Amino acid sequence: MSELYRLGIEEAAAGLAKGDFSSVELTRSVIDRVRTENPKIGAYLTFDEEGALAAAKAADDARKGLGSGSMDGARRSPLLGIPVAIKDLINVKGQPCTCASKILEGYVSPYDATVISNLKAAGAICAGRVNMDEFAMGSSTENSALGRTVNPYDVTRVPGGSSGGSAAAVGGDLCIAALGTDTGGSIRQPASFCNCVGLKPSYGRVSRYGVTAFASSLDQVGPMTKSVTDAALLLQVLAGRDEMDGTTPDEPVPDYAAALAGASLKGVKIGLPKEYFIDGLDPEVKRLTDEAIAKCASAGAEMVEVSLPHTEQAMAVYYIVAPAEASANLARFDGVRYGHRSGRSDDVFNLYARSRAEGFGPEVKRRIIMGTYVLSSGYYDAYYGRALKVRTLIRRDFETVFGMVDALLAPVAPTPAFRLGEVQDPLTMYLNDLFTIPSSLAGNCAISVPAGFTAGTNLPVGIQLIGDAYREDRLLRIAKAFEEVR
Amino acid sequence: MEKTAIDVAYVAELARLELTEEEKSVFQPQLDTIVRYVEKISSVDVSDVPPTMHGRAIVNSLREDVVRPSLDREVALANAPARTGDEFMLPKIVEGAES
Repeated sequence: MSELYRLGIEEAAAGLAKGDFSSVELTRSVIDRVRTENPKIGAYLTFDEEGALAAAKAADDARKGLGSGSMDGARRSPLLGIPVAIKDLINVKGQPCTCASKILEGYVSPYDATVISNLKAAGAICAGRVNMDEFAMGSSTENSALGRTVNPYDVTRVPGGSSGGSAAAVGGDLCIAALGTDTGGSIRQPASFCNCVGLKPSYGRVSRYGVTAFASSLDQVGPMTKSVTDAALLLQVLAGRDEMDGTTPDEPVPDYAAALAGASLKGVKIGLPKEYFIDGLDPEVKRLTDEAIAKCASAGAEMVEVSLPHTEQAMAVYYIVAPAEASANLARFDGVRYGHRSGRSDDVFNLYARSRAEGFGPEVKRRIIMGTYVLSSGYYDAYYGRALKVRTLIRRDFETVFGMVDALLAPVAPTPAFRLGEVQDPLTMYLNDLFTIPSSLAGNCAISVPAGFTAGTNLPVGIQLIGDAYREDRLLRIAKAFEEVR
Repeated sequence: MEKTAIDVAYVAELARLELTEEEKSVFQPQLDTIVRYVEKISSVDVSDVPPTMHGRAIVNSLREDVVRPSLDREVALANAPARTGDEFMLPKIVEGAES
């Protein structure tokens, strides 16, 4: 069987279960694809071919009831023997974890993140590490210090970011599925740019243990996949309480795949937040969003206009809160215990300052300075303290509308994928996350689902569905129904 | 010249981040723009509004205080840029101390 690399999780799992092909064959197909396509696309930073094939062999043995028995628990898992691309800020024991930064070049992870332990226990193969904006700061993956990733649908354009490598790997069929992370839109925006499904789970739904922290009150790991069903299958393995991450509540994890059965839009109430339908929207994004709305309506959904009055403040709140948390989190990169150490230092203070100067790229430096400023003496109350209060108003907006509707529908980003090098000004780049940031601040779950292609340029565009916190089951069900009628 | 909103050189020092003169001159106007942009939150009435610290608030998320395996010393030191014996090596911090 050829072109196995094109499969998603659901199809690959079915083929593996029936014995149509083995995990070794599937993995070889992905490896061959990566060898031919990655030099063009640049999705992966590294790919451990030997490790991947060894894991595939172990998965095949486990399926036959052979092997050590350590993977017997995975025999019924749809992830058994499936290669999953991992964003380069999630620790996989024995593999590099650079966060696409020079400061972590050469770093080797001493342990597995909880999401990786979960994937491995389910039999998934985590061998390839995909590119990203340095420390997940950016919306185009152009802030990577270690490689350039392009959009598989148009190699002159960006894949989006910060999970641009994950999106390019899924959209370009260089993997079966991928993990990304989303702080202010870093799963959803690249998913929209590269024609994938990208789910940002509710805050706390997925453990962040072993995931390099950017903004700790916002960061979430989530699936980036070729279908909504695949997102459900992957989330199932990722979600749940982890005592190594105190932000994960002890709440039951629903059966997400079961929630998709018989998915329909009939009687579903979908809110259209009027603040998201602005004048600056790209005309093709507007057209595809309007078409998505019309399709939902004709499939029986009730579309209602709603208001999230504090939307306009969300960007400002985010660009205070996220840099503040980042400046604290990135203080650990000081050249002492791991990472780059400057050779020009003679005392401990310029060891810190020079190691950081040589190791971090410009966007990371800007955010560290911004974050340090808003937390500094005399400014804390006016910026950080006030931003946290406005964040409460944003969260209340969402709580109010979710008393009235089952989901919100909105654009993911104001434009389709833009050209490499096109956006130079930092604040203009930040505006990419206009529609994804508010739900991140509120802690809701949200998903980007492919909606179609632009006329002329033929670029993929996703639509965003936002769900109530901890109702990924309902959100996925609505997304699945949309996927079927689009 | 317009008054700057943020003293980039000073804040970078607080952040233990050495900047070149070129970086200072590039970052200064960029960060001025960003700081002025986020100042829009000053127009919102937040009296009697409590802060939101997290996407979802959990109180007292504790686990049993039991000893469990941790990273082996060699593993923990494997990524060290410089080490001496079983310790991380740093330039001298305390004046007069033996190095």
